Amino acid sequence: MVPYLLLAPGILWLLVFYVYPGFQMFITSFWSGSLEKGFTFSLDNWTNYTDAIRRYQDWFIRSIAYAAAATILTFLIAYPLAYTIAVKGGRAKNLLLFLVVAPFFTSFLLRTISWKIILGDQSVVFGPLKALGIVPEEFRVLATPLAVVSGLTYDFLPFMTLPVYVAIEKVDRRLVEAAQDLYAGPWRRGGAITGGLAGGLLAVLLAAIFGYEIAPLALGAAVVGALIGATLISESFVRVTFPLSLPGVFAGGLLTFIPAIGDYVNAEFLGNTDSRMIGNVIQNRFLTANDYPTAAALSFTLMAAILAAVAVYARVLGTEELQVGRG
Amino acid sequence: MTATAAGTLPSATRGRPRRVVALAWLHDNLLFLYTGFAVLYLLLPVAIIILFSFNDPAGRSNFVWQGFTVKYWANPLAVIGLGDAVLTSLEIAFISTAVATMLGTLIALALVRYQFLGRGATNMLITLPMATPEIVLGASLLTMFVAIGGPPFFPLNFVTILIAHVMFNISYVVVTVRARLSGFPRHLEEAAMDLGANEWTTFWKVTFPLILPGIIAAALLAFSLSIDDFVVTNFTSGKTQTFPMFIYAKARIGVPVQVNVIGTIIFLTAVGAVLISTLLQRRDRSR
Repeated sequence: MVPYLLLAPGILWLLVFYVYPGFQMFITSFWSGSLEKGFTFSLDNWTNYTDAIRRYQDWFIRSIAYAAAATILTFLIAYPLAYTIAVKGGRAKNLLLFLVVAPFFTSFLLRTISWKIILGDQSVVFGPLKALGIVPEEFRVLATPLAVVSGLTYDFLPFMTLPVYVAIEKVDRRLVEAAQDLYAGPWRRGGAITGGLAGGLLAVLLAAIFGYEIAPLALGAAVVGALIGATLISESFVRVTFPLSLPGVFAGGLLTFIPAIGDYVNAEFLGNTDSRMIGNVIQNRFLTANDYPTAAALSFTLMAAILAAVAVYARVLGTEELQVGRG
Repeated sequence: MTATAAGTLPSATRGRPRRVVALAWLHDNLLFLYTGFAVLYLLLPVAIIILFSFNDPAGRSNFVWQGFTVKYWANPLAVIGLGDAVLTSLEIAFISTAVATMLGTLIALALVRYQFLGRGATNMLITLPMATPEIVLGASLLTMFVAIGGPPFFPLNFVTILIAHVMFNISYVVVTVRARLSGFPRHLEEAAMDLGANEWTTFWKVTFPLILPGIIAAALLAFSLSIDDFVVTNFTSGKTQTFPMFIYAKARIGVPVQVNVIGTIIFLTAVGAVLISTLLQRRDRSR
């Protein structure tokens, strides 16, 4: 009896204000009518879904692409950072972790507006570069898909860094030493090939999403990847540390992708009308157009898509690690 | 991510050309250099927020650096609506933190202490809100408030924001307190009981002081999530304005410099709180 008494108030709150609203959203997605004339429920209104998806499929595809790009980029930026803090951090470990989460102590909206200042066409960064002729005058980042993805990448970088850090920190250093004792050395040829391939493929994917020219980017990334692979990556890292850190990567990926796909602040502040995401549509339909049925159908589809993606992702990368990084 | 064994560098570099030594140094310190740049990247927007609280913009928009002034620091609330918005945010953060911390701690106690039917379902119900995008949390609450269509839920108001903030905070409190409880020394409670304390006394004299750091950590987390929440609030606030809603409303026509001042004050307060708690912990440990 005691545990149920302890649970009751909080669980009741979640049932009434989390579970029931989800159910109500499903009901609302089968409404027709308007705020002025009143709404009526009918199962025949399943066409709300087909209409909404047909009309907004571009926004859905864009959201998936941007969130995926942001997840890949946060992984690339966060992994070496988390590795350095965990393995080479020494006495500065706590300070570095504090600096990683420090952005959370300021307002999320103000940080996004800061990027608007930094990425502006004549900003502190691009103004001098353009004056010196290093960057062409017509080049711009603000109000492009790149700015939206950069904003998302920045916002969720700590969400990727922390779980990866926890996972690498937990790796038993003796395993790495054992690998080195067993002649795990540098990884020149394998590193060059793997790094080159990985860099090239990622660049192709990102260039496709941003609409940049694929060939030069892919070539450049392949060279950089091959260099990093050949010089910085050792065999013990590939065979011991990296596989053991995958649960953290998995958790970080979820913690980045899920909030990123539903975000609409970055797209609104940093993007243009052609880089709006599904969150912008949902917000507009709900709060400006009062088109509740379409908005509810879109939200429900988004949630279903996320659950399906998580299920596939969990199947591929393992399920029990879902808890890691949530603590 | 190399595994260069420590100590090999000096002998390996001795007598080599300077260019090779430089390359070897770069190879060994590349990760530290990288970490420095990554931290700078993370802190750059924060620096911009602080810097632009001293800006003296010509027009409404605070996007371009014009000149240094402290006049906005002298009067940080001198914008219509800003003071009210900050006050509303603080009220919601305090109340929602208190309620969510209480409800969440009770759930955490039940989950760690007892075996009962429905444990798995409870765990699931705790995890799901954290895995739901904020936009879906806000949107689904809005559909419920619209469907009910009357007071106290509609028109949207202070209470609906509060309901939403308690809802998304409960899970974070449960997870934080549970982490503290799971390594809990049960034998201390048993000792208290053996010495004649009843369950009530044991809880308040032994259990509660021991889990208090976890509860405080949970409350701080809940407070910071609440005071900075924009997305869920956007769907549940109606005409009530919180600090983030105020920023959003002003973002189109230009955010007043005072907003940066408030943002800087919030940042410094949070950093100060972390520093003080770290120092206190150090002192406790060294005793």
